[in-house]
Amino acid sequence: MSVLIFIDTNEGHVKKASLEVMSYGAKLADQLGTVAEGVALGTVTEDLSALGKYGVKKIHHVNNDVLNHFDAQVYTKVIAQVAEKTGAAVVIFSNNVDGKAIAPRLSARLKAGLVSGAVALPDTANGFTVKKNVFSGKAFANITINTAIKVITLSPNAYQVKTGGGSAEVVPFTTNVEPGKIKVTNVTKASGEVPLTEAEIVVSAGRGMKGPENWGMIEDLAHALHAALACSRPVADAHWRPHNEHVGQTGIAIAPNLYIAIGISGAIQHLAGVNRSKVIVVINKDPEAPFFKAADYGIVGDAFEVVPKFTEAVKKLKGS
Amino acid sequence: MPMKILVCISKTPDTTAKIAFTDNSTKFDTNGVQWIINPYDEWYALVRAIELKEKDSSAVIHLVNVGGADAEPIIRKALALGGDEAIRVNADSHDSFFVASQIAEVAKQGNYDLVFTGKETIDYNGSSIGGMVAELLDLPYVSLATKFELSGTKATITREIEGGEENCEVELPVVVSAQKGMAEQRIPNMRGIMAARTKPLKVVEPTSVTPLTNVAGFGLPPAKAGVKLVSPDNVEELVRLLHEEAKAF
Repeated sequence: MSVLIFIDTNEGHVKKASLEVMSYGAKLADQLGTVAEGVALGTVTEDLSALGKYGVKKIHHVNNDVLNHFDAQVYTKVIAQVAEKTGAAVVIFSNNVDGKAIAPRLSARLKAGLVSGAVALPDTANGFTVKKNVFSGKAFANITINTAIKVITLSPNAYQVKTGGGSAEVVPFTTNVEPGKIKVTNVTKASGEVPLTEAEIVVSAGRGMKGPENWGMIEDLAHALHAALACSRPVADAHWRPHNEHVGQTGIAIAPNLYIAIGISGAIQHLAGVNRSKVIVVINKDPEAPFFKAADYGIVGDAFEVVPKFTEAVKKLKGS
Repeated sequence: MPMKILVCISKTPDTTAKIAFTDNSTKFDTNGVQWIINPYDEWYALVRAIELKEKDSSAVIHLVNVGGADAEPIIRKALALGGDEAIRVNADSHDSFFVASQIAEVAKQGNYDLVFTGKETIDYNGSSIGGMVAELLDLPYVSLATKFELSGTKATITREIEGGEENCEVELPVVVSAQKGMAEQRIPNMRGIMAARTKPLKVVEPTSVTPLTNVAGFGLPPAKAGVKLVSPDNVEELVRLLHEEAKAF
């Protein structure tokens, strides 16, 4: 028996989301009196054994070139084999892009109950019950998994990365990998930017900015804070900003440590996508903006005056 | 052979619905709730399917819903938007494997070239149905698609990845989960609404599947302590609070 963790990589590098999953999986393994093991697919340029510090004892590495392109169907088959061979009782993914594609497939393949978007460690005192957000963060549900094997995807930024000592034993796992049916033709990445779902700080702006030409000051603040950029739905709909920056109920749901909302009134659909943020700061000139009710800190004021001062104050603090 | 598209539609509370629970926090309180088609299913999956049919009029769009009779108004709305026929699997379940198994069964019988789902539902936020259906049908799955083009039997798809996007090609059949970018929301017109009344809506009984999970209970997140306001003339104080008190950076 073991807790098996999918170590998600990007161009050979382990994603931050996977560090969270390893820390979570290691703690769950403790709770169940078993060990945490990892599975990594394709070429990995990092030293996998060093991931032992996140609590994984052993890493099964399927180093096959076919796996350098993501295909959920192919990945699922390989992970299922590793899970079966290692007698995994729980298989854990991040609830990120790859995890959302593989975990449901694995659940169906192994007939193993799935809880996606877990926000806390399972309650294993009596059965196996996992807390997750539902209704786009407006509520949570406790879901009981009734099967011998369980599959969980962990919400990004829901569990703190923990490090200890130790290194992981890396063991090659050899299996025949059939190429998938999906042919990847091109990958484009916004260079040098922090991916929104992995960002610890997010600077977001709305219609209060009056037009796309005024985003310079928003970008300056984001840059000073090493933050990712986001926006409200009307801004994305008006094509002031790209759709992939739209956060909210019908956009991307995020849970950063710090969410700064500038010129966003805080409609219920927007709040649903950001209300798991640990600290929310709202800057709005309208004191009646509903967002203030969901905020931890606020400034009632003109964004065009406040934001440049904010950036200066951050630079000053970081410079000191 | 005309192209056959299956669009999975789910009934969800309206995005502004008040979320509350009854029966000792084990059931969603449906009192006063307006029901809608899950926005991802409607705005992106269904509308894109309709657009494909507008380019290729021989294409056929079937809708599938796993739900009780109270789902029929939203199924009729989806027919009004442009679905040709609907199948309702008469069952109510919160277990994604149960729901996906029912959809897979319908998909097997209908022999579809393309199965569309929304990227997730706005109530259970599982993002699971598309992947499970694909696995049960042993088909490729492209998730979080923002663009979908078809040329003959080859689909060219753009999907979201962390911090960017990926373009890929795949031969039909394929299962695709749709999100923003795929299409734009439409309003059904009067002709569509009239036509929807007589379009076939077939009710089938579920196949026997054991759910793998069950909901033990619900809860509401704790309320915020209240906002701490800082003067716009003292932005440095806000930055100090964020750094020292909230330890946010």
